[in-house]
Amino acid sequence: MRPRDGWRRRMVRVGWAAAALLIAVPASGPAQTETGPRIEIKAHDFGTPEVTVRAGTRVTWINHDDDAHTVTSSTDVFRSPGLDTDDTYSYTFTQPGTYEYFCTLHPLMRGKVIVRSGA
Amino acid sequence: MSDGDDLDRRGFLQCMAWTGTGLLWSVAGGVLSSRIIGASAAEAQTAPSGFSFAQISDTHVGFRGEANRDAMGTFAAAVARLKALDPRPAFLIHTGDITHAQKAGAFDTVSEALKDVGVERVFYVPGENDVFADGGTEYLNRFAVGGPGRGWQSFDYRGVHFVGLVNVLDFKAGQLGSLGHDQLEWLERDVAPLASSTPIVVFAHVPLWAVYPQWGWVTEDGARALGYLRRFGSVTVLNGHIHQIMQKVEGNVTFHTARSTAFPQPAPGVGPGPGPLRVPVEELRGLLGIREVTYAPGAEKLAVVDRSLDP
Repeated sequence: MRPRDGWRRRMVRVGWAAAALLIAVPASGPAQTETGPRIEIKAHDFGTPEVTVRAGTRVTWINHDDDAHTVTSSTDVFRSPGLDTDDTYSYTFTQPGTYEYFCTLHPLMRGKVIVRSGA
Repeated sequence: MSDGDDLDRRGFLQCMAWTGTGLLWSVAGGVLSSRIIGASAAEAQTAPSGFSFAQISDTHVGFRGEANRDAMGTFAAAVARLKALDPRPAFLIHTGDITHAQKAGAFDTVSEALKDVGVERVFYVPGENDVFADGGTEYLNRFAVGGPGRGWQSFDYRGVHFVGLVNVLDFKAGQLGSLGHDQLEWLERDVAPLASSTPIVVFAHVPLWAVYPQWGWVTEDGARALGYLRRFGSVTVLNGHIHQIMQKVEGNVTFHTARSTAFPQPAPGVGPGPGPLRVPVEELRGLLGIREVTYAPGAEKLAVVDRSLDP
């Protein structure tokens, strides 16, 4: 029992250290994340189907429908889980480019994020 | 005859039912008649006089939206309806969206609850909610092991040929649900040896006919599948997905969409889009339900009766 408890305490300490590191990263990381647009999913529609942001911007989607939806990159760059009512999903776009996405439950729902270089 | 013998005989007859007692039936123009080829008059009198089966659809277990705060309660009511059917259905067909967005444990909840109905078998086809998160891995490992493809299937029951099709895998951006080349080829081979007089029942989640393509209520290559079935005298197509009853007759093909047990959806094109329709709580159960399908020898079409969850 005793050695195992000690192991568990050590693991908890490692866990806290890792958590502290994770918290520290955004503040000290070289690329600042900018909070970007929030896309409101409603009536089987990505409210703003096309947004343009600077590299390093975090885009958030929120689902206002009773139906579940996903935010899924057409080229496998990002993939949200199923979003229930009021669930949100965020993705930070670090590289310039055009990112098309759709809902894998309702593939006629489509959107696009255009990312310009941060400079 | 002892009880034991009787049970064995019954078991044997049940077994025969699954392997194609169609041989017993005289079939013409897609309609089974009660005349039995090569059978004596006495045997004819003991021959089965048709059968019924039930359809349940769009149970969306895990749904907690505004449109139905008690989707588990209405699902339980649907199971009770199925249990109370008289005569007892021979088997059940679930036409997909078993789960709501593949909620953990939902497949278990549904398959356990449907065991309670007390039928010999439940046949499933998936809806997009059952496969979107993992490309169908969980669904296929659970329901489609040993099948001829990715969830599609066929079987014969008392001379009627049943085909379960899958039109919700591999959704692509901007495209509609489809069956795909492999499944269509399988379907063509599957029905090729059948006499045109064999009654056909097809079940799939998304409607095989164009109910409302603007909302994705269509199967892109459904027409090709129907092409393989046109020569048959009686084709009954059972779908789900749109959570409301619609019917269409096209030649020998009759299409039926079923109600959900979880929530209704708007009529095609009414309102801003598809999705759970909020209705006054006292109206909800009248818009949810299950379906009973009866095959009667001599009748031109299978009888489809929808039963709401209204008390």
